Amino acid sequence: MGFGDLELLTLQQYWWIIISLLGGLFVFIMFVQGGQTLIDTLSENETEKTMLINSIGRKWELGFTTLVLFGGALFAAFPLFYATSFGGAYWVWIAILFCFIIQAVSYEYRTKPNNFLGKKTYEIFLKINGNLGTFLLGVAISTFFSGSEFILTNNNFVDWQNDLRGLEALLNPYNYLLGFSLVFLAKISGALYFMSSIDHEPIFNKAIESIKYNMILFLVFFLGFIAWILLKDGYAVDVSGIVFIQENKYLINFAQMPIIFGQFIVGVMMVVFAVFSAIVFRKTCCIKTGGVGIVFTVMAILLNVGFNGTSYYPSTTDLQSSLTIMNSSGSHYTLMVMSYASLMVPFVLAYIAYAWYSMDKVKITQEEIEAPDAHNY
Amino acid sequence: MEEHLVDWSRAQFALTAMYHWIFVPLTLGLGFIVAIMESIYVKTNNEFWKKTTKFWMTLFAINFAIGVATGIIMEFEFGTNWANYSWFVGDIFGAPLAVEGILAFFMESTFFAVMFFGWEKVDKKFHLLSTWLVAIGSNLSALWILVANGWMQFPVGMEFNPDTVRNEMNNFWDVILSPVAISKFLHTIGSGYVMAALFVVGISAWYLLKGRDVIFAKKSMIIGATFGFITSLFLIFTGDESAHQVALKQPVKLAAMEGLYEGKEGAGLVAVGILNNKKTLRNDEDTYNFELEIPYALALLGYHDIDAYVPGLKDLVYGNELQGIVSAQTKIDKGKIAIAALEDYKEAKKENNMIKAQEARAVLEKNMQYFGYGYLKSPEQIVPPVATTFYAFHIMVTLGGWFTLLFALILYFSMRKDISDYRLLLISAVWSIPLGYIAGEAGWVVAEVGRQPWAIQDLMPVGIAATKIATTNVMISFFMFATLFTLLLIAEIKIMTKQIKIGPEGEH
Repeated sequence: MGFGDLELLTLQQYWWIIISLLGGLFVFIMFVQGGQTLIDTLSENETEKTMLINSIGRKWELGFTTLVLFGGALFAAFPLFYATSFGGAYWVWIAILFCFIIQAVSYEYRTKPNNFLGKKTYEIFLKINGNLGTFLLGVAISTFFSGSEFILTNNNFVDWQNDLRGLEALLNPYNYLLGFSLVFLAKISGALYFMSSIDHEPIFNKAIESIKYNMILFLVFFLGFIAWILLKDGYAVDVSGIVFIQENKYLINFAQMPIIFGQFIVGVMMVVFAVFSAIVFRKTCCIKTGGVGIVFTVMAILLNVGFNGTSYYPSTTDLQSSLTIMNSSGSHYTLMVMSYASLMVPFVLAYIAYAWYSMDKVKITQEEIEAPDAHNY
Repeated sequence: MEEHLVDWSRAQFALTAMYHWIFVPLTLGLGFIVAIMESIYVKTNNEFWKKTTKFWMTLFAINFAIGVATGIIMEFEFGTNWANYSWFVGDIFGAPLAVEGILAFFMESTFFAVMFFGWEKVDKKFHLLSTWLVAIGSNLSALWILVANGWMQFPVGMEFNPDTVRNEMNNFWDVILSPVAISKFLHTIGSGYVMAALFVVGISAWYLLKGRDVIFAKKSMIIGATFGFITSLFLIFTGDESAHQVALKQPVKLAAMEGLYEGKEGAGLVAVGILNNKKTLRNDEDTYNFELEIPYALALLGYHDIDAYVPGLKDLVYGNELQGIVSAQTKIDKGKIAIAALEDYKEAKKENNMIKAQEARAVLEKNMQYFGYGYLKSPEQIVPPVATTFYAFHIMVTLGGWFTLLFALILYFSMRKDISDYRLLLISAVWSIPLGYIAGEAGWVVAEVGRQPWAIQDLMPVGIAATKIATTNVMISFFMFATLFTLLLIAEIKIMTKQIKIGPEGEH
């Protein structure tokens, strides 16, 4: 018995679970992005700022890699989504890519002598990545619920109907809800991460303060987003593949998939609990609880929009062009091959965890950053 | 499709790819050179080697960051600018990219952090292991993306599915073990190793010319030149195999590489030549204004047989019955039949007419191998830009030969005498750094311009592969990318040269 014996639908579901998991992991690792936006807020002087940047600077590549894998996995498992969304919503994705190009160089170049653009510019780059990049990703994902304007030709080639090429998502205020939710969530997890990885009282205290008001802002937008999707009409698909509008589709999905709903509730509770312990008990380990909570929550939302006969990338122009996990996936053979490759994931996670543990078991201190032979960002 | 859209889409992809390729080769090779240096440190416990390792590692990191930045763009540009392509072959092409992410990128990025920040945090052996894993991880990522590229040059292991209107993978092993993919991978990483060796040798030569950090420079130079000499031989060997694969799978590209219009038995290889720009497929002008030919060498290179018939562009465009070469027009006709059959098939399916559908499918399958030709307007379109391909190929080969000689000379004089006395050789070594970049880019020009008009050889021309979008969008994003990449490149070069001036004794 191997992956090859599984039904196509089972493989499609398996891959949607993996995509959802990757999405969750990516949002979790966006603590790097959130941290980037806090480098001035949480620091008093250059040494403190350097401590902050070095703390997340050792993790930024994991986030980058997760984003790349997210793209690669979508390409392989759901190529029609890859072609339709990236090619169609051209400017949203190009804008996101720009936000990530400037991140990649900023850590390494910021404090190097003769760096051409100046230290300040690289710090601005980090903030653009942290604020705008995160926001746009949220908006892009929000179109999973709000829909996009495209038609698929009879060769399955995308014909985008709006000349703004994806930027029209910004004209729909509902899409801002998820965008801002992600921005503030990333700030919270960024602060939680600083608390766990840096041993420095002033930063610790400021991190707690920042979590307080970011949590309020986050809750406003996140609850708004949840209320919006649960109350809105959704894009459902019947057994013969016909897409139709169904009232309260996403609410019904939670009701009909109690396990996923449970996962969602547990995830949200864990985030709330992590924030509570950090603020009230000044615990340093909350990034772990909060991280698992984030992964659970995001995963549950993505599973909601992909499972139970739902179109996860609906077209508002032509309902029947909407993408479902059934009509947009790779072939049975490819999904099978990829499923074998996915067995490597636990191994990969294990060595990431090991390396992470080895690097973080000693916290960053002022002495380390100021040591003469320190390799600092 | 709008006029010029495909040109701008190609320009944007070429821009990204060429910028990406400025950074990748150094990552591929310098990773191993640094790992070798650190191994010596761990073995000898000599602080000199730790310092040496750290110096080259700093340069590695400066280069690595921007390689990562350009790399992510490449991956997403398949979607943003080549959406039709992404659907048509995504079932095959996506898998290597995903596997690349799972198996290679995480290895690279996880251990990169340990390599840079772990000196005082993990023990020596784990640190050394991390350095090796970064080198291995970056080379593994090259494997997967080059498998994907090789597949576009020689599509195998798949079948066209008319129901989904795409190609679907049916044999993963055929895809990754394809001889084109393997030879492309080996030749490409080989070029990265040589580039890194040129970098180390050139910078060391600069220190020697300045008379500073002499011991550091000499030792680095020997490691660099040894690594470079061995890998240049490997590069020549794999280059020969690559050319052989091109001859078998992409004869039009081979003919363009050599400017060979008339096919012949036992064709020679033009070692140095200047093309006559009046020459076209339809006239009998001389191909070259000047040429220096090595007899039989092309037949030998391409087919490993000095008497082999090497088809010229005219044979390939107009056909040559004697040699059993089908004309491009015949292929275009068959391609049009295939495209029409696909439409018939879809029509019949809609009408639920199974008999008609089966007939159409049979016709489609019979002509499928020429599917892409059906989109071409004229047989001459199968010929890529000859001059670009020709000169790029010759620049690459000539420089490759020079690098091998350079490494040999440096090794020879380093062993026998004081290399510091050979200033001309040292100056040549410094100037060979930019030449290395030129050779690498030229190699990609041969591979990618040489296969035009195909996005996927014989199956999909670039014009069909591009995303349907108003050209202005792509023009704007092209200039945005060009500006940003150029700014970052300037920053990279300035930081890099500054670090080199600071030298191994300074603070990084």
